[in-house]
Amino acid sequence: MKEVINLPVKNVEEEEYHINMGPQHPSTHGVLRLVVSLQGEIVKSLKPHCGYIHRGIEKMCEKDTYPQIIHLTDRMDYLSAHINNHAVCLLVENALEVEVPERVKYIRTIIDELNRIASHQLWWCSFGMDMGGLTCYFYGLRDREKILDIFEESFGSRLLHSYYTPGGLMMDIHPDFQKNVKAFIKYFRKKIKDYDELLTGNVIMQLRSKGVGYLSKEDAISYGVTGPSGRASGFSCDVRKHHPYGVYDKVDFNEILGTKGDTFERYMMRMNEMHESMRIIEQLIDNIPAGDYTAKMKAVLKLPAGEYYQRVEASRGELGVYCISDGNKTPYRMKFRSPNFSNLSALDHISRGVKIADLVAIGGSLDYVIPDIDR
Amino acid sequence: MNSIFEYFADIFHAVKSLLTGMKVTGRYFFSPGEIVTQQYPENRKTLKMYDRFKGEVIMPHNEHNEHRCTGCGICETACPNGSIEIIQAKIDLPDGKKKRIIDKHIYHLGMCTFCGLCIKSCPSDALAWGQEFEHAVFDRSKLNKTLNQPGSSILKDIVE
Repeated sequence: MKEVINLPVKNVEEEEYHINMGPQHPSTHGVLRLVVSLQGEIVKSLKPHCGYIHRGIEKMCEKDTYPQIIHLTDRMDYLSAHINNHAVCLLVENALEVEVPERVKYIRTIIDELNRIASHQLWWCSFGMDMGGLTCYFYGLRDREKILDIFEESFGSRLLHSYYTPGGLMMDIHPDFQKNVKAFIKYFRKKIKDYDELLTGNVIMQLRSKGVGYLSKEDAISYGVTGPSGRASGFSCDVRKHHPYGVYDKVDFNEILGTKGDTFERYMMRMNEMHESMRIIEQLIDNIPAGDYTAKMKAVLKLPAGEYYQRVEASRGELGVYCISDGNKTPYRMKFRSPNFSNLSALDHISRGVKIADLVAIGGSLDYVIPDIDR
Repeated sequence: MNSIFEYFADIFHAVKSLLTGMKVTGRYFFSPGEIVTQQYPENRKTLKMYDRFKGEVIMPHNEHNEHRCTGCGICETACPNGSIEIIQAKIDLPDGKKKRIIDKHIYHLGMCTFCGLCIKSCPSDALAWGQEFEHAVFDRSKLNKTLNQPGSSILKDIVE
């Protein structure tokens, strides 16, 4: 008679096991690897592994002159490329104490807001797709194409523009720019109602996002979660309001603040921000003053020795640029405080205790761009 | 009794919200309105890029095969990643002096990030953006282009 081997029976429900989500996973929107510790279907803890798309942008900045750094910042958060460029330009202009023309400030503010709308549109597409609604993806991209066409006509490229230079702009805006932007605002005000009908009111989306992934205001502050994700928790962190740059001090707009701090609130923040961005553009588009499109700058820019910091509100949160100059034409050290990296650090805290399917929704609502995390 | 009522109300609201979404997709399905898709490879002949489109860096030549490049090398230093290489040549002028002129303006398209600093920094406006964007080749050495055409010379009125 054969001997019966009694294997120890494992209780699957109590055992913790690890799975790798990514680096190749459609819902991480890039090459991010999340080592998720699961008990059954419940996320116990989570460990993000970065570095799959690290290009050493901060180190590359040390060999580049200040005008050359601009094109590297495009490639960090490529969905808000103009806003990244704006941060470096402001840093150089403030360090050299250059007064840029009013026209440049107006144009930069309009383009920043257009870029923010384009970025939030793409976020809406991918968030809907993470939730399982593929239709959102096509509708969002269709409307984003209108903005990209405006960009392409004016600056020649669709994603990585390098349009701002220290002191001004690469070239003047296209003669049709104002007409096209006004046409876009009129078009998008109609289309954004579709967004609400299609996804915001959808019962599946609401049940999956309401009350899921709670982040309190205290935790948002201590993790440094900024941008729409932080404001959903009630953390008033809009750089445009608190430290205005460009012409944000001259326009009338609201800082969208939430209270609940769950996935749905983070969703609503971005939807409402698109309305606010359109309001800002409408106030500015007819009042662009005439003048030069660039200030008179020296051929070789040398920042006085010292430390400089400049922050702007990128579409995902506060982007900070820290620069140490030793008086040469290249910076001694350049450091970018990228919003996505801080937002990602809170993901472990937010997603403890949720189901793994909800982790995808939480990740979508934090809206991380991986090249910005790794730089 | 109350809970049964809520149960059916929930079902009713769920179906209603789904139908609201279906209304949007149905509207686009039955009335396409505008077609936004471009039939790209088929519309090649009529496809026109915008004037400012950054396809590649070119050096415009006029009908006498003359360009505006003096070979000063400012674009080479302005380029952040070494996509431009200037090879100079020396010629003897009739008055006995020697002058540096451009021999080859080599442009590595594969390394270019299309930042536009070379075009912006050029003092004699010798470079411009071209609208060509179909750059796929079978061998990457074909991406190293010489921008000045063979036998070309510099325009007479360009002064260094």
